[in-house]
Amino acid sequence: MKSNSPPPRTVSSFHFRRIYKQTQKTHPPFLGRAIEIMLFFSYFKDLVGREVTVELKNDLAIRGTLHSVDQYLNIKLENTRVVDQDKYPHMLSVRNCFIRGSVVRYVQLPPDGVDIELLHDATRREARGG
Amino acid sequence: MAAGPGLESLVDQTISVITNDGRNIVGVLKGFDQATNIILDESHERVYSTKEGVQQLVLGLYIIRGDNISVVGELDEELDSALDLSNLRAHPLKPVIH
Repeated sequence: MKSNSPPPRTVSSFHFRRIYKQTQKTHPPFLGRAIEIMLFFSYFKDLVGREVTVELKNDLAIRGTLHSVDQYLNIKLENTRVVDQDKYPHMLSVRNCFIRGSVVRYVQLPPDGVDIELLHDATRREARGG
Repeated sequence: MAAGPGLESLVDQTISVITNDGRNIVGVLKGFDQATNIILDESHERVYSTKEGVQQLVLGLYIIRGDNISVVGELDEELDSALDLSNLRAHPLKPVIH
């Protein structure tokens, strides 16, 4: 299994752009999926190593360190804790989990993990057609 | 082509699967594919209720279709054996609403 060493923790525009360009080369747009997904895929790859809380469509909320993400935006979290453990003891003995992209409602991010200007910029570019 | 996380690291481990209808199934992961279809050996379902302790229903060898899977968690055996399931009361998980 490939080991994923987290990238240096700078949310700099340079770093994100590099990952974005890399993703465009290794993952050409696949059938039936919007090119915008590429953007979020790159964005999540940049966030690997940060603490996030994933809220699912069944109202379960799981907090953990983002370990990896894939083209379907499936998320792998490490060191997981369910947010309301008394209400949801179902995952008490689980510390690492794989969350299917299709059941994610929200991914709650650390406020300093978001470079609004950068995302805004990239999204505008996507909307214009790349 | 699929880079990123796979379930490869969890093969032959005991895992806890949460399905879209809110069920919790525990078993040994034997195989998976791109669509997250899963083969689970020695599986049992843990039924949570507020009235009685956790019920464990033995299922055996199962294939769970990927469409129906929410979460695949790696079960930590030590933590799990420390749990007192017969005294655990909880509401069953809600089903997924898209």
